[in-house]
Amino acid sequence: MQHFKELYEYREMIISLVRKDLRGRYKGSVLGFLWTFINPLLQLIVYTIVFSIIMNTSYEQYYLFLFVALVPWMFFSSSVTDGAASILKEKDMVKKIYFPREVLPISTVTSGFVNMILTFIVVFAVVIISGRGLNPLALLCLPIVMIVEYILCLGIALIVSSLTVYLRDLQYILGIFVMALQYLTPVMYGVDMVEKSSAGKWLIMMFNLNPMTPIIKIYRQIIYYGEVPELGSLLIAVGVGVVFIVVGEILFKKLQKGFAEEF
Amino acid sequence: MDKNNAIEVNNITKDFKVYYDKGSELKEKMLFWKRNRYEKRHVLRGISFNVKKGEAIGLVGKNGCGKSTTLKMLTKIIYPDSGSIEMSGRVSSLLELGAGFHPDMSGRENIYTNASIFGLTKKEIDARLDDIIAFSELEDFIDNPVRTYSSGMYMRLAFAVAINVDADILLIDEILAVGDANYQAKCFNKLREIKAEGTTIVIVSHSLGQIEQICDRSIWIKDGVIESEGNPKDVHLKYLDYMNQERMEQAEKEQIRQAKIEREMMEKKKEEEKIKRERAKVNSRYGSEDAKFTEIHMLNAAGEESRIFKTGEKIILDLNYHVENKVTDAVFGFGIFRNDALWVYGTNTRIDRLENFNLEKDGNYKVELEDINLIPGNYWVDITIEYGEGIPVDYYKQAMKFEVVSNITDVGVARMPHKWVLNKD
Repeated sequence: MQHFKELYEYREMIISLVRKDLRGRYKGSVLGFLWTFINPLLQLIVYTIVFSIIMNTSYEQYYLFLFVALVPWMFFSSSVTDGAASILKEKDMVKKIYFPREVLPISTVTSGFVNMILTFIVVFAVVIISGRGLNPLALLCLPIVMIVEYILCLGIALIVSSLTVYLRDLQYILGIFVMALQYLTPVMYGVDMVEKSSAGKWLIMMFNLNPMTPIIKIYRQIIYYGEVPELGSLLIAVGVGVVFIVVGEILFKKLQKGFAEEF
Repeated sequence: MDKNNAIEVNNITKDFKVYYDKGSELKEKMLFWKRNRYEKRHVLRGISFNVKKGEAIGLVGKNGCGKSTTLKMLTKIIYPDSGSIEMSGRVSSLLELGAGFHPDMSGRENIYTNASIFGLTKKEIDARLDDIIAFSELEDFIDNPVRTYSSGMYMRLAFAVAINVDADILLIDEILAVGDANYQAKCFNKLREIKAEGTTIVIVSHSLGQIEQICDRSIWIKDGVIESEGNPKDVHLKYLDYMNQERMEQAEKEQIRQAKIEREMMEKKKEEEKIKRERAKVNSRYGSEDAKFTEIHMLNAAGEESRIFKTGEKIILDLNYHVENKVTDAVFGFGIFRNDALWVYGTNTRIDRLENFNLEKDGNYKVELEDINLIPGNYWVDITIEYGEGIPVDYYKQAMKFEVVSNITDVGVARMPHKWVLNKD
């Protein structure tokens, strides 16, 4: 408990690291912070051209179908890959001064989270312009699923960041792993398409075991379909998130003692 | 944990693995797991001490003794292998000043970033901002990027942040090298002020004087265990004594090595010299050679051969000579020179009014120097045999070299016996 109190005392450090990261992300470019909005918009245009015009898919307004899932997915993907490097990146600080080491993965994930929220402004703008209505009641559930995803990402970041210190290859392995995982998550297609396809039972099982599957489904349900998600699927997502963060913190606490000696 | 203690260290140990060939890549770990051989170095072998609230202690010891490791463990950068450390209150460490400074950000922004690393909230930093800027004396530059600062300015800013954290426990590793003399004095005063406010302080330093000025207690760590602790002055005296001992041992080793080389050289030279001597007199040794020094020794009070002496110790010159032709009215003499050729002292048997004597056959005499009151340094001795009229028979320059060591750091050439009489009000 003392440890969490201490972590809370270091909130200013987390805030300042997040600020530094967000500000530094597009530093030196002419448009600067505007890129936070332009970047996803341009991505959307590319996906629209590729999937709606070149590869005709069966989903109506596919670019929206994709976009509402892709934005949270990118948050997850950056949390894993950037999270893995978060301690290694600041090794000079870890070697020399004390602070609760959780600060590093927390600020990395938080910075990705803030970035996702800002991108959601673009998402909403596009949804409204596209003429597809938003369900206000369903939208109330959006913060919940966002927080659940944040908890899951943080748990995974705690695990991979501490392991990467001891096994540097992990950050590259994770890059490939996350890319592959995207196809086991209903980002570019729904679970229904996988079930319809000739994929074996085990592939479908992997789809359902993937902790990101329920979360992405809920995002899409809320924004694309405008439906209130069922309590059951929300609870599963919450449960998975909690398990990851508890395991992550236990592992991290064990491994962090040796950090300074590994550099 | 005792309520009056700020720090309790219980029997901590720490080994470092020194890998011969370390690999942290997966490939290396899998392929060469047998090759990951390492040597264990015991840095700390069980150290226990308590620090009371408001107490200031100093950790001393020679390089590699484990004092900085202890401090790092107090800071919680590394953890002990066994044993426990308990601390109560906010800890601020002045181990690495300015870690986390961002060169492109202004001094003011860096104050916020750096202070946040110490666990301060924005509100707390706001409240301290003026104090920090004032203490750093950087009012005119505070909104310039830190990369434009001189290294002195950089350190001043970092020190100002760390010292204004209002920690309950302050850990310091060799810090008071910040800025010019005036600023150092200011830092020192601030440290005293902080101590007076009841902050617990742990200092690691090689500057024993600084520790004596601030600390109530000194702990001397030697080879990973506490060798001695107590009043800084007493502990430091013991420590310096030990360090001198060590230096003497070192110097002795060096001397043995030198002597060996010399002996080899001598043997080689002997042959050459015999011929040479006929033709020209060696510069460092001249005279008629009717009598000549043969074996010469420099002994300590115990009568052992030595070349290192403590200030105040006795030196005995034990000199043998060989007589070729009878020398009437002979005079023995010696001179002591510092290694920069400063003549420290010289006398002979005539000056000391010893009876004239003749040298007829080989003999020996000794010079006993009670209380060598020389300041630490390197010296040499010249020894002479002369005729009464002052014509050299054997003038042997730099016949012996020796070193004087001491744990008193007075200066000059020789120590003058003295007493202080202070009239206290």
